[in-house]
Amino acid sequence: MNSREWPLYEVFIRSKAGLSHRHAGSIHAADDQMALDHARDTYTRRSEGVSIWVVRSSAIVASDPAEAAAFFEPAADKIYRHPTFYEIPEGVENL
Amino acid sequence: MNKELALLAYVTRLGDNALILAQRMVQAVTLCPELEEELANANFGLDYIGQARLFYSYAGKLEGKGHSEDDFAFLRDAHEYRNVLLLEQPNGHFGDMMAREFLFESFYLLQLDALQSCDDTGLAEIAARAVKEIRYHLRHVSQWIVRLGDGTDESHARMQQAINDHWPYTGELFSADAVDVLLRSDFNGPDLDVIREQWQANVAAVLSEATLGKPDDGWMASGGKQGRHSEHLGYLLAEMQFLQRSHPGANW
Repeated sequence: MNSREWPLYEVFIRSKAGLSHRHAGSIHAADDQMALDHARDTYTRRSEGVSIWVVRSSAIVASDPAEAAAFFEPAADKIYRHPTFYEIPEGVENL
Repeated sequence: MNKELALLAYVTRLGDNALILAQRMVQAVTLCPELEEELANANFGLDYIGQARLFYSYAGKLEGKGHSEDDFAFLRDAHEYRNVLLLEQPNGHFGDMMAREFLFESFYLLQLDALQSCDDTGLAEIAARAVKEIRYHLRHVSQWIVRLGDGTDESHARMQQAINDHWPYTGELFSADAVDVLLRSDFNGPDLDVIREQWQANVAAVLSEATLGKPDDGWMASGGKQGRHSEHLGYLLAEMQFLQRSHPGANW
């Protein structure tokens, strides 16, 4: 990567009130305010959002794909943790 | 000049300002420093084209001679354009573009804000829509003034030069002629003296944050609002109008 390139930011958009922010993509920006502007101009041109979060990609701590087995597979066989015994009322879209 | 003609002239000027700045921004497409800034510039240019369309459609309605927005944009010569001289200046480097946009939008935002409460409903409605777009533009461009002004020695020097170079074109924004006076008296339009004071304060605040000096008010260019333009406008229009002039009514 060119060291003169601006830092990478991850963009999270809340599409409407009541929903949580979701990862939309990433952009380059020289500072936090510019990141917010670029996120707005890149990802909300077609009214996709009502709120934006941006965070430096370097500030995100991610799980290691090589450790995926140790991280996630122990949960797979513990069926009693899954709320599969409840019925979801009809018409509830976001739970 | 009666009040109807003044309103028509005023709306046409607003359309011309929007279209000429839009065309300058379009010319900068592919030349912005980063892909993301590219999108911002193109978005802003499209905002202005949208505003120009609204102003021209309304002007056509006021005029009542069946002229469409395309007639206003593509079939008038330089002397019939009424945009301020500031906006037809060549793009120069990125700092020049930011300086021009910053100085103009600091004015335009105040102008639109005042027009929202003018007595002509059609104009007030367009202003209410445009003011939101320009509020965002100005926020974006002001950050660039601060970023470049308070950046490296090189960027500071070039930003200062850009502000100095465009400053002589700001006087025209506030010099009221018969059209401005009639719009103020008969339609409760903007008071340019009040706007000038607010503009001075707002611009000074951003320049100060950017560690840039505010140029002295010396000689000021004028004439754009009356159709006396610099040579640059002719070239701009030649490029913009070529297709409609060569293939009248071309469509796709």
